[in-house]
Amino acid sequence: MAKIRGAVVVDTERCKGCGVCIPACPQDVLGLAAEVNKKGYNYAEMKNPEACIGCSNCAIVCPDGVISVYKVKVA
Amino acid sequence: MKGNEAIAEAAIREGVDAYFGYPITPQSEVIEYLMSEKPHERTGMVVLQAESELAAINMVYGAAGTGRKVMTSSSSPGISLKMEGISYIAGSELPCVIVNVVRGGPGLGTIQPGQCDYFQATKGGGHGDYRLIVLAPASVQEMADFIETGYDLAFKYRNPVMILSDGIIGQMMEKVELKPQKKRFTPEEIINKYPWATTGKPKSRERNIITSLELIAAKQEAFNQKLIKKYQEIQENEIKYEALNTDDADYILVAYGSVARICMNAMEEARAKGIKVGLIRPITLFPFPTPIISKLADKVKGFMSVEMSAGQMVEDIRLAVNGRKPVEFYGRQGGMIPAPEDIVIALEQKLIGG
Amino acid sequence: MAEITLQDIIKEENLVYSRTKVMTPNELHYCPGCGHGTAHRLIAEVIEEMGIQEQTVGVTPVGCSVLMYNYMDIDMQEAAHGRAPAVATGIKRVMPDKYVFTYQGDGDLAAIGTAETIHSCNRGENICIFFINNGIYGMTGGQMAPTTLEGMASSTSPFGRDVSMMGNPIKMTELVAQLAGTYFVTRHSVHTPRNVRRAKKAIRQAFENQKAGKGVSFVEIVSNCNSGWKMPPVKANEWMEENMFPFYKLGDIKVDGKLVEK
Repeated sequence: MAKIRGAVVVDTERCKGCGVCIPACPQDVLGLAAEVNKKGYNYAEMKNPEACIGCSNCAIVCPDGVISVYKVKVA
Repeated sequence: MKGNEAIAEAAIREGVDAYFGYPITPQSEVIEYLMSEKPHERTGMVVLQAESELAAINMVYGAAGTGRKVMTSSSSPGISLKMEGISYIAGSELPCVIVNVVRGGPGLGTIQPGQCDYFQATKGGGHGDYRLIVLAPASVQEMADFIETGYDLAFKYRNPVMILSDGIIGQMMEKVELKPQKKRFTPEEIINKYPWATTGKPKSRERNIITSLELIAAKQEAFNQKLIKKYQEIQENEIKYEALNTDDADYILVAYGSVARICMNAMEEARAKGIKVGLIRPITLFPFPTPIISKLADKVKGFMSVEMSAGQMVEDIRLAVNGRKPVEFYGRQGGMIPAPEDIVIALEQKLIGG
Repeated sequence: MAEITLQDIIKEENLVYSRTKVMTPNELHYCPGCGHGTAHRLIAEVIEEMGIQEQTVGVTPVGCSVLMYNYMDIDMQEAAHGRAPAVATGIKRVMPDKYVFTYQGDGDLAAIGTAETIHSCNRGENICIFFINNGIYGMTGGQMAPTTLEGMASSTSPFGRDVSMMGNPIKMTELVAQLAGTYFVTRHSVHTPRNVRRAKKAIRQAFENQKAGKGVSFVEIVSNCNSGWKMPPVKANEWMEENMFPFYKLGDIKVDGKLVEK
């Protein structure tokens, strides 16, 4: 059965580290980074990228629209 | 035709796109006439009775922001309700015409005529450094004519224009010649004529924003400076007044609107008694005809302002005369109308009696 | 199965979601986790999907979202506090073929602008009214709003809203649903993916109603105010579910001009 693999790209400079995306992910992929961006926010990042299925849940709840989602079918 | 009706008919013929109003004596005939004329069928003009004068002025703000010819009318208490909206309109540099058929005040006041809104109209009743261009009709004919003048000035300077009338002219019937029907501008014409308007952002331009908000002080000041320059330009180019018998006059009466017509009789009565009196009738209250009054101050013995108020325009006359000659005031309030003979007596007591 | 790397996935052709072009590149000034940003994006996405970016004029009054015109790449007008529905009426009446919407907070729509809200709905103006209800005045620093819940703290009800002294929270959405001029009245939230998808469907429906000339479409979005409620975003969303949703019930209240039987 073809497997779906996804990945997200966070615009780390625009992310305000609000964390609303974290509970939205069904696969618990996301978490807040230890590092901070220029404004001092711990930005969101993929903690375990393999689990991502590219469902866009995180992107559509993001108040600042900083998440881009990619998805591909894997043979 | 009544003054109020003349304004309404003139608006339809001027190709006005929308009128937003609310009933208040003594100017309800404006919206009554408009509703009965069904201009929607004649020219496509929108006529809407809002839930308050305050809502009406904000409808004017919205429609003016799309580059349409828009107007509202009310009377003193209603105009007070519109003040925040008017300040926003001036602060967003939007063109529109606001008619104030003034009645005695303050508070609920009376429904009889008055001129006690002079300060509110010319010194800005709303907040912030803004000015309205203020036109003062003295006849039903001028009530009609000033609609066109008003819109020309409003769009030339992108500034609200107030037609400051009063209960007499609003209710009075006189013969009036009306201009031929002007075609309303099409949406395309408006988009080309007024690129600043919010008509929907095509790919070919940046989005337009109508706002008076500026959180950065330096930018707000730059905007204020821009307005100040505009108002100076208006003062230099748009002053209108009428001067009668001022060449040989010893004394000058200054009055606008209906009171100016009463002063014409007073002038004749005075001259019959050998007192050489002239009359200056300001047509634009802002910009105020300071230059002519200042020039006359070198020649004449004194001025008297005659108003249906407790004395408001008299201050602008004093500013123009700048202490060189006495500037007196005679007025009636509460809707009482000054009589010519009383004006002459006041002139004698205050200026000549000595 | 060949091991797949992130680089293989993150390619242009695999892109399934990114921020809509109808939003400007400007960064949002809203507090972290504030629902305003999400609501803005949904409206922008609907405008993009319907292809009406060149036909739409937005009206935002005073409030946190007054600066919406910095974020939406459409023609917009800033209205005085509470007067957006009147401004929108003025625009729509002279440009009936354009799409016009207002985007207002609870203080704006349910306090100072109550008359404008009621009467634009009663006239059935063919506009969309988006009403963001976070039960507080955000921009001015967290004061009590008409929608502040009983017992809810704010800077002007520090000991919790005492309804005997400060009046009751108002359900404007149920109120306007009683007016003949409203065609579609619904309440949503944007704090979970499921609710976001529903809210977007409602916003789309609102603009479609306007296209069909059906009168007022009134979409309330219950949202969080992290700085006003003094809670971190995720916790605020939880608090909202426990406290706001029981009083401001989500779901359709009026559809196709008819009240929905509860």
